[in-house]
Amino acid sequence: MKTKKFASLFLASSLLVGVLAGCSGGEEGSSSGGDTIKIGANLELSGAVASYGSSEADAIVLAVEEINAAGGIDGKQIELIKVDNKSDAAEATNAAIKLTSQDKVTAIIGAATSGNSVAQVQIATDTKTPMISPSGTSTTVTVADNGKVNPFTFRTAFIDPFQGTVAANFAANELKVKTAAVYADNASDYAKGLAASFIKDFEAAGGKIVAEESYVAKDTDFRSTLTRIKGSNPDFVFIPGYYEEVGLIVKQARELGIDVPLMGADGWDSPTIVDLAGADALNNTFIITAYSAEDPDGKAKEFADKFTEKYGKAPNSFHALGYDSVYLLKDAIERAKSLDGTKIKEAIEATDNLELVTGLYSVDEFHHPIKSATIIEFVNGEQVFKTKVNP
Amino acid sequence: MEWIQQLINGISLGSIYALIALGYTMVYGIIKLINFAHGDVFMVGSFIGFYSITVFGLGFFPALIISMTACALFGVIIERIAYKRLRNATRIAALITAIGVSLLIEYGVIYIRGAQPEAYPDVFSNRSFEIFGAQISSQSILILSVSIVLMILLQFIVHKTKTGKAMRAVSHDTEAAKLMGINVDNTISATFAIGSALAGAAGVIFGVYYTKIDPLMGVIPGVKAFVAAVLGGIGIIPGAMVGGLVLGVVETIVSALGFSLWRDAAAFIILILILIFRPSGIFGKNTREKV
Repeated sequence: MKTKKFASLFLASSLLVGVLAGCSGGEEGSSSGGDTIKIGANLELSGAVASYGSSEADAIVLAVEEINAAGGIDGKQIELIKVDNKSDAAEATNAAIKLTSQDKVTAIIGAATSGNSVAQVQIATDTKTPMISPSGTSTTVTVADNGKVNPFTFRTAFIDPFQGTVAANFAANELKVKTAAVYADNASDYAKGLAASFIKDFEAAGGKIVAEESYVAKDTDFRSTLTRIKGSNPDFVFIPGYYEEVGLIVKQARELGIDVPLMGADGWDSPTIVDLAGADALNNTFIITAYSAEDPDGKAKEFADKFTEKYGKAPNSFHALGYDSVYLLKDAIERAKSLDGTKIKEAIEATDNLELVTGLYSVDEFHHPIKSATIIEFVNGEQVFKTKVNP
Repeated sequence: MEWIQQLINGISLGSIYALIALGYTMVYGIIKLINFAHGDVFMVGSFIGFYSITVFGLGFFPALIISMTACALFGVIIERIAYKRLRNATRIAALITAIGVSLLIEYGVIYIRGAQPEAYPDVFSNRSFEIFGAQISSQSILILSVSIVLMILLQFIVHKTKTGKAMRAVSHDTEAAKLMGINVDNTISATFAIGSALAGAAGVIFGVYYTKIDPLMGVIPGVKAFVAAVLGGIGIIPGAMVGGLVLGVVETIVSALGFSLWRDAAAFIILILILIFRPSGIFGKNTREKV
């Protein structure tokens, strides 16, 4: 979910110079008149990652309808303004400019990917418009490269390195393994971040890392490195990466007789992985996701039922995160008792164990969520809810 | 025991390189053209095999044969449309045309079916068994045997048939062959057909062994096979086989030593070293037989 980081930063800044030259930074972006609250959704409704953005849009619509049917926020109805950023960072910046300067929205939800979220950060900051990225998992969405927190930017999904921590705790405490190997995609910051936090926390939990290997995205032959990993006899293999390679890795690992539990993160979460690896090979593998439709917890179950009723299919994590973003915002506006951007921002920062579909939600000083994670096990090609790890 | 396993990994990878390298080397031997579109014929073969299995429900062997036939035809069409009229043009013109054909095939396939990858279905019940402590899957044994049979068949065609004799003659001296009454155009077409059929077979084997296929899958194996062909001595058939196997085993050893990120670099370092120290390849000069 981390795309075009640098390109988008560059575009965001260059566009700002060009387009916002006339808009002074102090402009009030949160003045919505009348008795509606305008919320912008800046999402990938077309283009390369349209499936992420449109999933979130569906769930956001559902959440807004629910809130409006129940009387809105403090008696005010929500008016949702959807803008398509075409899965493009420059378009995401344009969309954010439109939402803040023309529509004068109170807050923005979006974008689905980190790159397109980063592209809006500067505008959110300049216009003092709170912005919530439902599924941007890269650290850079809320923390700028110089280490400073972007004051008006928040996120609903946990950050990438947090998944490494969850995996380490799950391996050490639930599976009770003593040794682990790590096989990470060397071409992806996402995978390297997960691998680093897994190694740190697994060793802290008393485990031993017996092998640390890398591959590069687009490889197809992993047998030689897997043979090497097998030689080090790990009890567990952590494979942060994306499903296209992981599917092949899992298949080839099982062929070579690596029968220990394998684990990955949300990069595995795609139906394609079952085609690539085969249902048999995927048995005894685990992934971390923000959400499972099979979660028996009351709030999650209720959401799954409502969603299925409206759209005729089971929700996925993107749906759940989009839905939660709206409720996170609603909670903050209610506590802020104002539509002022700065007050809403302060209210979001003060969020403490808010109960959402994807679990309990709090915000740390870097605007990263501290929240529950769901562990899913593959059983004969089906994703089965295994356990929920609370923070 | 790990080393036996790694050797098997390397030979399996190498035999795929070798099958593709054969097509490169044959075409080069006969018209001195580096056919960069060859890696894409491999890709097309893989997709034809995939659709034969999934859409028409065929088994591995019928799919292999269909793919080889279709690729043979495809290779001849490419030669007739793109390369034939350039036969007397400069070599650089033909080379650039080959790159153009390669891009046309890649993006043509993306245009027709999109860029998303496909997963090859399991065509065998994949059982693994142990030999000397190494896990060998029935798939890799089958793949190896198919590759070996195809290479033996190729040797037979080149050395024992009339077409093979014509190919060797044209390769040796086109003008003289023409004077002897050999139909040069047909012989060149036959070379493309055989080389492309081998690429098609490699495509199906690759799909079964590595599962994931996509429209740009031919690029890297194509370049690696080119390295293999140069390594063995371009234009020399046994050279392509040995070059492919050596390259596969070297890449595997590099990974096995823990330098998996250097694997591709190793292939190209080999290419550079060969070009500097022995441009004619392992089999160059000693055996003058060219096809």
